[in-house]
Amino acid sequence: MAGLATAFGSGAMTNSINELEDVDVVIVSGSNTTEAHPQIARRILAAVDRGAKLIVIDPRRTALAQEAHVHLALRPGTDIALLNGMMRIILDEGLADDHFIEMRTENFIALRDQLFKIDLDEIAAITGVDRQLMHTAACLYARAYKSTFCYCLGITQHICGTNNVQTIANMAMLTGNVEKENAGVDPLRGQNNVQGACDMAALPACLPGYQSLADMQIRQKFKQCWGVDVPLTPGRTVLDMTHSGHNGTLRGMFVMGENPILSDPDQTKVQATLEGLDFLAVSDIFLTETAQLAHVVFPAASFAEKSGTVTNSERRVQYMHQVIEPIGECKPDSTIIAELAERMGYEMYYESMAEVMEEIALLIPIYGGMHHDRLRSSWGLQWPCPNRDHPGTPFLHKHYFSGGKGHFTPAQHQEPFEPPGDAFPLTLITGRIYHHYHTGTMTRRCASLNRESDKALLQINPVDATTSAIRNGDLVELTSRRGTIRLWAQISEDIRPGQVYTTFHFSEAPVNLLTTGAADPIAKCPEFKVCAVKVARVES
Amino acid sequence: MEQILTICVYCGCGCGVYLGKENGRVVASSPSRNHPISQGNLCVKGWHLHEFIHHPERLTTPLLRKDNKLVPVGWDEALDYTARRLSEIRDSNGPDALGLLSSAKCSNEENYLLQKFSRAVLGTNNIDHCARL
Repeated sequence: MAGLATAFGSGAMTNSINELEDVDVVIVSGSNTTEAHPQIARRILAAVDRGAKLIVIDPRRTALAQEAHVHLALRPGTDIALLNGMMRIILDEGLADDHFIEMRTENFIALRDQLFKIDLDEIAAITGVDRQLMHTAACLYARAYKSTFCYCLGITQHICGTNNVQTIANMAMLTGNVEKENAGVDPLRGQNNVQGACDMAALPACLPGYQSLADMQIRQKFKQCWGVDVPLTPGRTVLDMTHSGHNGTLRGMFVMGENPILSDPDQTKVQATLEGLDFLAVSDIFLTETAQLAHVVFPAASFAEKSGTVTNSERRVQYMHQVIEPIGECKPDSTIIAELAERMGYEMYYESMAEVMEEIALLIPIYGGMHHDRLRSSWGLQWPCPNRDHPGTPFLHKHYFSGGKGHFTPAQHQEPFEPPGDAFPLTLITGRIYHHYHTGTMTRRCASLNRESDKALLQINPVDATTSAIRNGDLVELTSRRGTIRLWAQISEDIRPGQVYTTFHFSEAPVNLLTTGAADPIAKCPEFKVCAVKVARVES
Repeated sequence: MEQILTICVYCGCGCGVYLGKENGRVVASSPSRNHPISQGNLCVKGWHLHEFIHHPERLTTPLLRKDNKLVPVGWDEALDYTARRLSEIRDSNGPDALGLLSSAKCSNEENYLLQKFSRAVLGTNNIDHCARL
């Protein structure tokens, strides 16, 4: 998000999901779309049926890659090199959109100078991608009138994640593929309300609506509404909290509906931190691995037991109707928070969630027209929606970037934090599968989904399997510098030699025991997509 | 069966889903035909969206750690204890000794309230969620 915000002035999908059906060329990078975002994959495949060209950038041969016109199977962690190479080809072929660059962007010279220093043979060596394929993909993307670039965590979960995103933005601006319908840069958000949680500033470095913590006028606005001064110093990110150490400066935590023990990298470190706290409270619907360590656990109402709004990947704010009364003694998180505030001497009483939304609309300009009555009588509204009469915004940056001019930030290839070597010869990539979701708190408790998928599998290429005498279905041990887990081998040509793939859905094979806490210095996204491992068959 | 419209809780697509309710229980999920995203389609997770709601392992009472075991307690005891411990840590170690994790699974209103709780009640910007994960 930091990367897109620097380039365009706003870190969100520039276009709507349905616009994908009418693109001419779509690049999908670092996204296993058919499994993780099935509805978006459906639009992409519909576009392909209509005649659009599909380019997939992914180390693995995903289901979408099998449908692609060009599949660039790059070495993990070399996205910047690949895109820089493609941009160089676009320049050499005279396919840059000079008019767009001149009128709408700044700092192009810096990018151009850097691209001219590139040697394409060197790029091919770094990325492992054939020069001719790179050329085909670059020309397809640059020649089309409406090209869209979709990306997901395969781009952001690297130590150079922010630079990866900026490079994507560079390529879109270089070819004028932004600021219009059916063309743009679309980061696919992985959770039903990850966009909304960011918009509401469940983030340490800004106020709701991405407003500045330091701006005096904004601070004054919040003080008038909340009655207190907002703290000035930016706070800690997730990893700065969960990796802060057994007896660190963090002494107490309240975790609402998250499971850092399974979701955060380097589980040993996370566990030590949480166990060392003086106080840990968790609010959740199940006794998660994190809740088991807590001093207090609150039983939260599930989504069906409360009302409220969520914001999807295309910035659409939608209303969720309450279906049943809370189960047992469960309470909605909003009630739990308000009761705690009350006990700590701060009045936080709201008649309904609609009243909370009134306050949100008052304080957040992009949510200024989001009121429950409007959201209940429509399919939702896409932000920015500054006032009651505004119809919402299907695509961003029409005619001009929200941050003024689009900004080119050149970036250079950076080797992953933990490349494979002699002791740990394989690269581990983690991700999701179709039948399960995240730490499995919900999906592992759905009988139908467990019937389809009930154990952790390790995708491994036949070459590596043969080397280690592993047969399909064998129990194997996967080891990194930080730990060992056991799971079952699934031999597949969809993964290349030297790489293995698994998911983080299974608490009995917690892959984040293995992953590294190395993270992007700006966005603080951990490098889940590259860590060095070795594999061995478990002798029965 | 009564059908009530909600939004799927899994990925960021945001499908419109009807939950079917019978005798106070959610027993079915089906896609909205007119919703701009789902258009009559759901993925396998969406079709089984209701299955975890009444799962026997759902937490139904607050739990408090006593003698190193989590035991069921009343709401007042759990809330009083939490408010007291958060206040104690804030007063003795400063507000930045506290940290909050919000959730990309909770609503906008809940996220707004939790960050307000963090900034206005506890006095710290130590709040984040799993967007980075």
